[in-house]
Amino acid sequence: MADQDLTGAVLVVGGGIAGMQASLDLANSGYQVHLVENKSAIGGRMAQLDKTFPTNDCAMCTISPRLVEVGTHANIEIITNAEVDSLSGKPGNFSAAVTVAPKFVDPDKCTGCGLCAESCPVPVTDSYNQGLKDRRAIFKLYPQAVPNKFTMDRKGVAPCYDSCPVHGNPSGYVALVAAGRYMEAYEAAVERNPFPSICGRVCVHNCEQNCNRGPVDSAVSIASLKRFLADWYVREGAKAGGAKKRSMAAATGKKVAVVGAGPAGLSAALELRRLGYAVTVLEKQAVAGGMMRLGIPAYRLPNEVVETDIRHILEHGVELQTGREIKGEADIEKLFTGGYSAVYYAVGSWRSGRLRLEGEDLPGVSHGVNFLRDVRLGAKTAVKERVVIIGGGNVAIDCARSAVRLGAKSVDLVCLEANDAMPAHHWETEWALEENVRINAASSTKRIVARDGAFAGLELLEVERMSFKDGKLDLATRPGTERILEADELIIAVGQGPETGFAREGGKIQLTPRGTLVTDPLTGMTSWKGLFAGGDVVRGAASIIEAVADGQKAARGIDAFLNGRTVEPEPVENVVKLTPEDLKTRKVKPIERRKNPMISLDQRKSGFAEAELGMSEEDARAEAARCLYCATCSYCRRCEDVCEAKAINFRDVAQKRKLEVGAVVLAPGFDLTDARKQAEYGYGRFPNVLTGLDYERILSASGPFMGHIKRPSDHAEPRRIAFIQCVGSRDQDHPYCSSVCCMYATKQAIITKEHLPGAECTVFVMDVRAFGKGFDEYYERAVNKYGVRYVRTRPSMVTQDFRTNNLSLRFTLDGKGWREEEFDLVILSAGLCPSELSVRTANRLGVKLNRHSFAQSLPFSPASSSQPGIFLAGAFEGPKDIPESVTQASGAAALAMELLSKVRGTRVTERAFPPETDVKGQDPRIGVFVCHCGSNIGGVIDCAALAKRAAKLPGVTFTTNLIYTCSPDGLKNIREKIAEHGLNRVVVASCTPRTHEPLFQRTIREGGLNPFLFEMANIRDQCTWVHANMGEATETKAWDLVRMAVGRARTIEPLYTQTYEPKRRTLVVGGGVAGMTAALSVARQGYPVDLVEKSGQLGGNLHKVLTTAEGLRPAELLASLQKAIAGTPSITVRLNTTVAESTGFAGKFTTRVTTAGGESTDLEQGAVIIATGGNESRPATYQYGEHPGVVTQMQLEEKLAHEPAFAGSLKEVVMIQCVGSREPGRPSCCRVGCTESIKNALAVKKANPGARVAVLYRDIRTYGFKEELYNEARAQGVLFFRYDLDNKPVVSNDGCGNLAVSARDLNSGLDISFSPDLLVLTAAMLPAPDAQQVGTAFKVPLNLEGFFLEAHMKLRPVDFASDGIFLCGACHSPKFIDESVVQAQAAASRAVTILSKKVMEVGGVTAKVDPEKCASCLTCVRTCAYHVPRINADGVAEIETAMCHGCGTCASECPAKAIDLMHYKDYQVNAKTEALFDIKARVKIKAGVS
Amino acid sequence: MSEHEPRVVAFCCHFCAFAAADLAGSMRLQYPPNVRIIKLPCTGRADIIHILTAFEDGADAVFVAGCLEGDCHYQRGNLRARKRITMVKRLLAEMGTEPERVEMFNLSSAMGGRFAEIATEMTERAKKLGPCFLGKKKEEVAV
Repeated sequence: MADQDLTGAVLVVGGGIAGMQASLDLANSGYQVHLVENKSAIGGRMAQLDKTFPTNDCAMCTISPRLVEVGTHANIEIITNAEVDSLSGKPGNFSAAVTVAPKFVDPDKCTGCGLCAESCPVPVTDSYNQGLKDRRAIFKLYPQAVPNKFTMDRKGVAPCYDSCPVHGNPSGYVALVAAGRYMEAYEAAVERNPFPSICGRVCVHNCEQNCNRGPVDSAVSIASLKRFLADWYVREGAKAGGAKKRSMAAATGKKVAVVGAGPAGLSAALELRRLGYAVTVLEKQAVAGGMMRLGIPAYRLPNEVVETDIRHILEHGVELQTGREIKGEADIEKLFTGGYSAVYYAVGSWRSGRLRLEGEDLPGVSHGVNFLRDVRLGAKTAVKERVVIIGGGNVAIDCARSAVRLGAKSVDLVCLEANDAMPAHHWETEWALEENVRINAASSTKRIVARDGAFAGLELLEVERMSFKDGKLDLATRPGTERILEADELIIAVGQGPETGFAREGGKIQLTPRGTLVTDPLTGMTSWKGLFAGGDVVRGAASIIEAVADGQKAARGIDAFLNGRTVEPEPVENVVKLTPEDLKTRKVKPIERRKNPMISLDQRKSGFAEAELGMSEEDARAEAARCLYCATCSYCRRCEDVCEAKAINFRDVAQKRKLEVGAVVLAPGFDLTDARKQAEYGYGRFPNVLTGLDYERILSASGPFMGHIKRPSDHAEPRRIAFIQCVGSRDQDHPYCSSVCCMYATKQAIITKEHLPGAECTVFVMDVRAFGKGFDEYYERAVNKYGVRYVRTRPSMVTQDFRTNNLSLRFTLDGKGWREEEFDLVILSAGLCPSELSVRTANRLGVKLNRHSFAQSLPFSPASSSQPGIFLAGAFEGPKDIPESVTQASGAAALAMELLSKVRGTRVTERAFPPETDVKGQDPRIGVFVCHCGSNIGGVIDCAALAKRAAKLPGVTFTTNLIYTCSPDGLKNIREKIAEHGLNRVVVASCTPRTHEPLFQRTIREGGLNPFLFEMANIRDQCTWVHANMGEATETKAWDLVRMAVGRARTIEPLYTQTYEPKRRTLVVGGGVAGMTAALSVARQGYPVDLVEKSGQLGGNLHKVLTTAEGLRPAELLASLQKAIAGTPSITVRLNTTVAESTGFAGKFTTRVTTAGGESTDLEQGAVIIATGGNESRPATYQYGEHPGVVTQMQLEEKLAHEPAFAGSLKEVVMIQCVGSREPGRPSCCRVGCTESIKNALAVKKANPGARVAVLYRDIRTYGFKEELYNEARAQGVLFFRYDLDNKPVVSNDGCGNLAVSARDLNSGLDISFSPDLLVLTAAMLPAPDAQQVGTAFKVPLNLEGFFLEAHMKLRPVDFASDGIFLCGACHSPKFIDESVVQAQAAASRAVTILSKKVMEVGGVTAKVDPEKCASCLTCVRTCAYHVPRINADGVAEIETAMCHGCGTCASECPAKAIDLMHYKDYQVNAKTEALFDIKARVKIKAGVS
Repeated sequence: MSEHEPRVVAFCCHFCAFAAADLAGSMRLQYPPNVRIIKLPCTGRADIIHILTAFEDGADAVFVAGCLEGDCHYQRGNLRARKRITMVKRLLAEMGTEPERVEMFNLSSAMGGRFAEIATEMTERAKKLGPCFLGKKKEEVAV
């Protein structure tokens, strides 16, 4: 394959611990990594955990430095909120299509300050906290999340928002009302609707018609909430400081005339003012408001309400001229010639519809719109006794209810429609009926009855059917049903239209056939250029809110027109419609809608006082809280207001990316099985039944109860806690074992006991599967030290006492019938299953899944998928714990690097820096940059004053304060000021150095300063955030912290790293499957290997294991490895060779090896891999070695393989498990024994189905998919009997050569006995005998059982604490062949991170010995946890910089004070307290000495 | 001043205690503003000299906070620190001041709440003990 066909980049899918590990190995070995994560932050499941087993390490402590390393790595690009769509191309050269979901926050601008989340009113169930806590709609996944960026949970817009013509943002202000933030809610409500008081009362509120809550009970009372806000503002607004004024554009100098002061005209006027135009509104009537003021009766909309809203508009500088009628084209023309650049025409529809019946103009007859107007203007103050209204719309109802209030004795309403088909709002009709209006529905008026030349009544006729055909009325009446309705006054309210009679045909203004004006739908411009129109004059009679929308549209249209621009249509947003399914998932429960109170009926009927009153604050908040937040983000846009970095982008859309990569590592993780499906346990129904992950969050100090163990129902401390194992594992649906649950439950039980020593923890378990390294000791500790009780059963049911919420478990025990026990809290150890995402991704990439939908790996290569070039890591390939995931991830990285070895380093970028300024001999010139962090710091203390104050500190040359120091502008500022002021130290007073120091150090390095000339004052996380309301004390503390930082800055010096080139060669010790695989992998990655094997042949246990449980043949693997090694000239195989001693450090080791003949050779290497293997032990019990019928499993396997007739000869076989394991002295599990015995048991059964095979076991530990083998064995009739250490089986020999085995079966409580032909002992696995000696040679530690001890059980499973030395295979702990293979590949990957380094860098924060002061007392030698200090040839201590970890313990312990930790010398630490207490520095520092 | 506002100096390790103090911030936990944190790579570097200097300079109480025992990122720096604190306590007693003015704490980086508790506890303790005369003496000398 030619090099140009390969791409030196790798796609890693999944940012959990496996994905992170693969990314780091790859990036640290010279590959570019694109890390695609589906969530908004990396960290995966591990970031959710409290502690990890078996060391009880804090999960966050161990993962957090890893997160930062991935997040700041120059060659890892983290792509969050993303998913892989497809993959094309071939191994070595793929093209991946990735979709990145919109985040609505620009990650380049977001500084992670968190003000947005504080401003967000929307509570969202926090999935990171397993729903036990709320977060906000704009959020960071967890406090330590990487990338430290916020994301908005926004699924589109709510239907209320969408259906409002002006998008008046109901969802936003409703959310803010629910949060009790009325001023902000008011501001959100008026942003796009200048008539909150009016629309809060009389709006048609389409928003409510479309509310997703409607189908559940009834819509949220949005209009009433708007009214609540408007009324609140009138009452409290001024006291609360008044609403924030919206920004106004600079004056354009242009004038616009608006004709008509109705909703359309006034809205246009306001919008035009905001756009910088001078606006004059010309109104025909004496009062402004149009229909709002004159068309709607005062009992619905009092004058002062209308006036309030209009006043707020006029306050923006809109000029209003009343009594100005603009009649026709000539008048309009005059406006243009009079200096107006554009005219907005919005005169409404004041022409009343007519019945065209004789008598329509009789005295006593009026028309609806005119009638209402006259009432409002005071021209009409009384009606006659009997009033009849024709019409069924809202105007008709208004007329009827007005007539009641004007003193009518009887009011009749006549309409064509049936009762339920009236166009009036139903609530209006109901109110009318309450006020004794009689409704004569389905009645047609045949004629108007006149008497004495005046109106006297109507002749009515029943309507049989009515409909509209093509807009025309189609009416059928019932002849013979005529009747006379006597009345004194008639009001006809049958529609209205605009008065556009002035527009002649052929004139400048084009009309529709209905007589309305024709306008452009986007701009509102009429056929007359510069004349715009809207509202009823365009639409015909329509709603206020539509008129407002028209006015705003026209304002934008006018602005565009006057600037020669075009108007873009508003983008279409996804409207979130909740289906009944969605509502069910959300578990929406009906809550009664709060109603506005009404005044009494008598009050209503006797005058025009407002009938409906506003809501109380309590009702308003309760009503608002009914909102479902359908789109999650309520679009209130508060975040946009508070984000000073301007990072919020509501227009963000999904992005498609194409990534060119050479290989893919899939680590998409897993899900927990849905515990709800185990309905008998009550999860989701009983509040005190939790899953293991839920409980993990409860235990976590950063969880919902801050680490205090409380049960959800009453927040009481639980005393009796049950853990139920195998929930969603080892069952019909999940016939595999989830591998981790026994241990995580044990861990949780231990942690529980640590938190609550009085608690009783009971684990209900079938088998305790503590098969990993150190797990059995952990389990023993749980039992013996913590008193955790393990009960061997699977409970059948959990019931709840509904008074106490206590839980009752029902189970059988030891074959002795049913029992019941009560608990306060039940934890379900839910199993692991593939996630939807992982299955989807696998399907898209063509990666084969197994029958449980986990990824199918290749035989003897767990990290290989079915697709060449795509590799597997983590629980995606099968349930596994953290170290196995990390191991597999490194293994997957190794396979990717084998494929791409020729293009290593071709796609990486190296940061280039300018030469460093020499600051030697210079006095300190310190620059202090005080960060506001938006208002995180700036809102609490006075940053400008702090910066000014710092300027007076000795050594300070320059100070400033910046809104966001970490923003690109802020960083540029630092670089510029370094140059401008010749700064030689930089202090940033902002957030935490843990996340931001690397960034600022890089920045000053870019500015030419040594990165160690930097100091930070943490005035946010450790000051303003924790002392938010402490006034002066907070200021003082910030000032102290800045002084301390400056004080120390005066003393710090540049530090330089030394570099050396690593030896690009590896030594592998041990030639078994692990050693061979590691050697091959390193060689394939391009580095030569010395493979040292103590025996005369390669292969180790591969020679002894003849088949695997999966039916594979290890011999075939051995043959292929041997062939590959023989064909790899860069591997030097050294047989019959052992390691004598080794010196050096990472990158530079020298190891002496000795052949059997005593010949010694010094080999040099950059990294060492130890793979010395392990062996089956030879038991000393159960007649082994005394009776020929007693063999070990491996011996049985050999017999089965080599003597075909042997199995057939066996009639009764007994196997005893845990022989020499899990006992005092050798407490650990042999891991492979259960599977091996079952494999052999099945082999016997297969050869001789009649044979009786019994397995005497303590716990069956067929973890993962091996569980299926166990199921198979039981199906084939293999018998399993459980014993324990107190009841060990007894084997005897009757003296005639017959074996007898007797035991007690704990499952049934019965005594059993056998007379087997063959007794098979499952013997302990031991480390190779030379492990101790190899450990000494490399100075690496072993555990008590003689296995090598890795650097960190969880995250560094194949590393030793000494850098550059790695381990794999059975010398780490017993394991299966495939596990050794992947661990070997992992060790190879880790080794290559060193071999591939251009140079090794050492130095920085490391310890140095002053040989003059050293008294060779050996304190440092004894103190150092890494065994670094040694006494050199000169007889003084020496610390090898390359090996020093920089903890500084030796410096603190040295009695002669001969050791200094660089950057933390005594005077550099003391400088802080000296500065804090304003003490004169004790040590005079010469600047720049180092 | 009606009540003595003590000044407490905290030496915190980078990986756990300092991170926990940051987490207390992220969680917006409020605690008395008397504590001033000095970051060290590991409490293994918290030297007796640093602690005594802090008292001499004017601290009323000092605490050293490192990783949980067994969880030290540098394996056992925190265990050495604990020994030194025992030593400092003895020295303080010999000098005639209360040994409770200095304390060793262990916490994980996820224990933001615990950090706030410790800060509160040490502030309360320092309040109860009143001003430390070691610092006073220094001031007199300096003037």
